[in-house]
Amino acid sequence: MRAFVAVARRDLLLAVRRRSEVANPLLFTLIVISLFPLGISPAPETLRLIAPGIIWVVALLSVLLTLESMFRADFEDGSLEQLLVSPHPLVLLVVAKVTAHWLVTGLPLLLVSPLLGALTHLNAATTTVLAASLALGTPVLSFVGAIGVALTVGLRRGGALLSLLVLPLYIPVLIFGANAVSAAMDGLPYHGQLLLLGAFLLLSLTLAPLAAAAALRISMN
Amino acid sequence: MWTFIHKMGSPPYFYRFAGRLIPWLGWICAGLLLAGLYGGLVLAPPDYQQGDSYRIIFIHVPSAWMSLFVYVVMAASGAIGLIWRIKVAEAVAAASAPVGAWFTFLALVTGSLWGKPMWGTYWVWDARLTSELILLFLYLGVIGLYSAIEDRRTASRATAVLSLVGLVNIPIIHYSVQWWNTLHQGATITKFGAPSIHLSMLVPLLIMAMGFKLYYFMVLLMRSRTEVLERERGSAWVRELVETG
Repeated sequence: MRAFVAVARRDLLLAVRRRSEVANPLLFTLIVISLFPLGISPAPETLRLIAPGIIWVVALLSVLLTLESMFRADFEDGSLEQLLVSPHPLVLLVVAKVTAHWLVTGLPLLLVSPLLGALTHLNAATTTVLAASLALGTPVLSFVGAIGVALTVGLRRGGALLSLLVLPLYIPVLIFGANAVSAAMDGLPYHGQLLLLGAFLLLSLTLAPLAAAAALRISMN
Repeated sequence: MWTFIHKMGSPPYFYRFAGRLIPWLGWICAGLLLAGLYGGLVLAPPDYQQGDSYRIIFIHVPSAWMSLFVYVVMAASGAIGLIWRIKVAEAVAAASAPVGAWFTFLALVTGSLWGKPMWGTYWVWDARLTSELILLFLYLGVIGLYSAIEDRRTASRATAVLSLVGLVNIPIIHYSVQWWNTLHQGATITKFGAPSIHLSMLVPLLIMAMGFKLYYFMVLLMRSRTEVLERERGSAWVRELVETG
């Protein structure tokens, strides 16, 4: 447990020291969301129609942008190797790193979700559901993404490959995340979608760290 | 039985055994495909609704079945390679990926050719089409990862992890997509209960499916043989093989 806290604290501290790296994905999200009214139509009805989808797609992409930071810098300066040879279970350390990653990328996204809702004319109730779906869904993105980064961390140009590996696995989260929001907007029940997102979260919490740890051992060889 | 499995784990034994098996598989496969095509294109009556254009199912359905079957074979042999470090299993997994991707591609293309006269469009965002497309992306990810890593054995182990992750995800993706949207006609062939397809169409379809399966095994053995040769190029038995011809 102390190792878990130490790893998570170290990653958070590094993130706080390099604030621009935390801010950039968030700015990316805001800019891309504000491109849609310019590109499609500023009419509130149109925006409301596409809002759940675009917010979730942009969330997916902004998480994808930040995934590499999870292991890349540690791989380059050798501290990843130290984690691998440390006596603590690697799975636990992976969970710590993923948690830190989510706190730096998913949580800010969750915090600006009211702003995203306002930009796309969602009402208060729908924005709450949006926040709930992001709260349940973005950790899944971090966990599943960890497997992809762990597999590609040793490669020189892993970026494009990473998106090919990870995006297909993100599809269920996108479907249920966006669907919960649009169901809430139409006044339909949305609990089923949120519960499924919760199920994905539990599944990825239990299985993804195992796969990511195995992948890290293979990548570091 | 166990000694046979142990023997198959040895690359030179596998190489010779596969070499002997390939012509047999090839001839039986050619016979089955010819019989299936004759039964499907000549003997089977036209469909009362879809006319003759339904006949593409004799290619389409076996490819779609194979696309899933090959993925499972790939993931299973990848897991065997990952756990027991059996070189032949790694080669089989590596050889499966491109074949599976082509089956998936074939299923998509024949499906869209059938969709044009039937649904009036080449592509709809229907659940099965979409999950087949995602399956293609998963295959491409596996192939991409395999070719990106230089060391063959590391590449095999990394792709094994990826294909196992994909295997866990395939049902989730399938049901999410199904829940999301569906237009595709329901399954007409089930193990349980009477199939809703007529026997004169079912028999050629099953023959074609067997033919496709044997074709896959044949190509799999061919590709695994070359893969094994390439991986073992430093070893004595390969040198002996090359020198004696």
